[in-house]
Amino acid sequence: MLLAVFSALLVLLSGCSSLTVLDPKGPVAKTQSGVILFSILVMAIILLVVYILFVFMLSKYRASKAAPDYEPPHEEGNKWLEFTWIAIPVIIVAILSVVTVRSTSAIEKVAEGYENEKPLVIYAASSNWKWHFSYPEEGIETVNYVNIPTHRPIEFKLYAYGPISSLWIPQLGGQKYAMSDMVNTLHLLAEEPGSYMGKNANFSGEGFAHMEFEALAMSPAEYEKWVDEVKSTASELTEDEFNTLLETKHVGRKTYTSTHLSFSPAPEGDNAGHNHGGDSTDTEMDHSEMDHSEMDHPEMEHSENSDHSSHGN
Amino acid sequence: MKWDEFFVTGEPMIYGAMVSIVLVSIAIVVGLTYFKKWGYLWREWLTTVDHKRIGIMYIIAALIMLFRGGVDGLLMRGQLAMPENGLLDGQHYNEIFTTHGVIMILFMAMPFVIGLMNVVIPLQIGARDVAFPRLNAVSFWLFFAGAMLFNISFVIGGSPDAGWTAYFPLASIEFSPTVGNNYYAIALQISGIGTLMTGINFIATILKMRAPGMTLMKMPMFTWSVLITNVIIVFAFPVLTIALALMTFDRLFGSQFFTMANGGMDMLWANLFWVWGHPEVYIVILPAFGIYSEIISTFSRKNLYGYKSMVYSMVVISLLSFIVWAHHFYTMGHGVMVNGVFSITTMAIAVPTGVKIFNWLFTLRKGKIEFTTPMLYSLAFIPIFTIGGVTGVMLAMASADYQYHNTMFLVAHFHYVLIPGTVFAVIAGFYYWFPKLFGFRLNERQGKAAFWTIAISFNVTFMPLFFLGLKGMTRRMYTYSESTGFGPLNLIASIGAVGLAIGFIMLVYNIYWSFRYAPRDTTGDPWNARTLEWSTHSPIPEYNFAIVPEVHELDPFWEAKKTGKSLFKGQYEEIHMPNNSGQPFILGMIFLFFGFFMVFSWWIPTIIAGVGIVIMLAVRSFERDHGHHISVKEITKTEAKLRGEGV
Repeated sequence: MLLAVFSALLVLLSGCSSLTVLDPKGPVAKTQSGVILFSILVMAIILLVVYILFVFMLSKYRASKAAPDYEPPHEEGNKWLEFTWIAIPVIIVAILSVVTVRSTSAIEKVAEGYENEKPLVIYAASSNWKWHFSYPEEGIETVNYVNIPTHRPIEFKLYAYGPISSLWIPQLGGQKYAMSDMVNTLHLLAEEPGSYMGKNANFSGEGFAHMEFEALAMSPAEYEKWVDEVKSTASELTEDEFNTLLETKHVGRKTYTSTHLSFSPAPEGDNAGHNHGGDSTDTEMDHSEMDHSEMDHPEMEHSENSDHSSHGN
Repeated sequence: MKWDEFFVTGEPMIYGAMVSIVLVSIAIVVGLTYFKKWGYLWREWLTTVDHKRIGIMYIIAALIMLFRGGVDGLLMRGQLAMPENGLLDGQHYNEIFTTHGVIMILFMAMPFVIGLMNVVIPLQIGARDVAFPRLNAVSFWLFFAGAMLFNISFVIGGSPDAGWTAYFPLASIEFSPTVGNNYYAIALQISGIGTLMTGINFIATILKMRAPGMTLMKMPMFTWSVLITNVIIVFAFPVLTIALALMTFDRLFGSQFFTMANGGMDMLWANLFWVWGHPEVYIVILPAFGIYSEIISTFSRKNLYGYKSMVYSMVVISLLSFIVWAHHFYTMGHGVMVNGVFSITTMAIAVPTGVKIFNWLFTLRKGKIEFTTPMLYSLAFIPIFTIGGVTGVMLAMASADYQYHNTMFLVAHFHYVLIPGTVFAVIAGFYYWFPKLFGFRLNERQGKAAFWTIAISFNVTFMPLFFLGLKGMTRRMYTYSESTGFGPLNLIASIGAVGLAIGFIMLVYNIYWSFRYAPRDTTGDPWNARTLEWSTHSPIPEYNFAIVPEVHELDPFWEAKKTGKSLFKGQYEEIHMPNNSGQPFILGMIFLFFGFFMVFSWWIPTIIAGVGIVIMLAVRSFERDHGHHISVKEITKTEAKLRGEGV
């Protein structure tokens, strides 16, 4: 019965475009949905094998079918059978590992075919319970919506003015955490113009459920037009205004002609939270403990450093 | 602090809970007084050091917590049944999913598993009790104190609301200023200390107290799984202890380990939490594997297929469980290298787990399968858990996980692992060992009806969540708009949850009915089983075995039944047993008050309670208690009575 249910589900899956994650609109999300569909296929085969064996054992060896004097044999096991069901899963895991490492490395850099495009850097900061998008190149800032040009790699620089949150635009690609003490880079790219759901995926308190935003992908020309329009119509973002924004729980869409990065820079480089860049020497001594704990995570440090260097490009 | 801050106010449901708590407490006190049961309660239960009774108390507590956590789950499903539903507000919903998680894992799954360990392990290895019976009682009462403290938060002060993972900086005093997360830190700490001691106790018990002839490779599979589980406990729980201590410092004493400012590092909490948290998953799943191994072997009337590879695979799982934690936060910004390595270690767990699945399937082959209630749960486990397993492999792939992370897909996955894995297992174990404890079987017809209701409703509840995840529904959102299109699938899931509730009510009715009407079993071996626990009487005498059995084979009791040789050779001898003591209970209660005062930062009472704890430890250190001896005459009398002979 379960088998029937699952195969029905599989049919549903492959042809179903209402599943946002499997309806990609850019190369990153395409890579991911490809990996997902491939893994579902492999898993379906594994399930099938288990279910066939399961149904076979249960229908053939039930007590009601056995002779009353039937004595089940004593079986220690079988070397070859046990070797088989170790070796085949090892091969499957090896294949999946290759797929995983390749796809993970693919989505952590500019998508294939777009290496020559200059990425658009957007700083995306979360605060309780809003998203702030700063476009340092254009010198504009938006709140709770983000407009992006199609066919141009976007580099989201993620951080938070509060609890850990996670920026997720499923149709463009998977999510990454925005945290207060470091900047994460999320590479996304839209190939089709359209309005996509964006949200915070990581629980961050009371207003979390409403922390959604629209990601609007438009042609480069329309995008330029929008930037110009913003510059001519919107006003500047002052430090006071920004602080008021941070303190307000929920706000609608906002647009500004300057970014908060000048007076409230992202926690990267000298401003990174656990590099203590801005702190006095005293504090740095106090927190020498924390530096030790960081040394337990050399990889993390490394990835952060590489983030910085890629930002420098 | 004002009174209206002390008690949680303004919620009709919480007022209802307060009233029912008061009424139930009054009913218990009146009942105990009316039936003159205070002395019985104290002598037979509160002061007991008998592993069987401690096990029963663990299981009762776990069942109560199952219902508490279940009501939380039902409320969540009720709230999510429709878009823009108003059953719960955001804050209440956040508290409820937090307590649902904490209670189900730490105060339901863990104590249920530990309860079954307590009941079964000494019997299965032919011992008379655990290695440290008094410590065992302390473990239970610390768990109990932690569980009670955590549950009080619902009506006094407010429950924790930062998720069962309590990620910082959300769980810091800055973003969670209520006492809720103090409850989390302190209640988990108290019960965690108890669990750590359980770990030490059972390792010592299994390594040192096996019956003569039972070598490690002749131990029953459940005993093996429990040994490995307790080794994991001893390695993993100290990490939780440290993490919670740092959290307590952050929240109560102004330290900045995980906070947002002053160099605090939120990622450190996530790492510490999951360095404990992932092994924790295996702490509740490995004993389940052990239970299934016993039951499948018993009702196939066959020995367990591939015994050695079953043992090795559990050892491998336990080692791997410590090197996969970062897969809980691939999205934290690790490089490709870290994510790749953790993806591979995580997927590698599928290999030993697959070995176990195939060994169970081949245990069934050429067997003579009987579909009893415990067997039904064990069989249903295989296909359902496999779905949980393969979706786990899908989640393990870092690139794809960026899309599953924090979504309902993940929620579906871990319920597909933990419910057929742990919950089905403890219910199966409960049905299986129940006659050993109480001397009668639970009614099979009712048991099977409950099983089918639970198994089908489970799939109706959690299968839609996979699709909701792929549709983009994140976990922990208390509401969603109609335009998201999440409505229909959520409604199906909520209907399934009602079915689950009905199934569990049927299960409780099954227990109630069977207590009253089920025919008593006189053989001590109602299932025609294979291991030592079935070779003694049911109910079990205080000393378990009048004569310590001698073991030559795996499945010694089966062997004895087939060859007609007795396991018990020699004469009755005087048996040395530990004395009951009220100290563990008193210590637990002092810990409860100590924790409660600390939650509210009432320092003078805290210090007084702290001194009380030190005094209790000192009293125990200077106490001389050599236990008591049961005379041969008394053993002869008890044994004759249990065999049904007149005295």
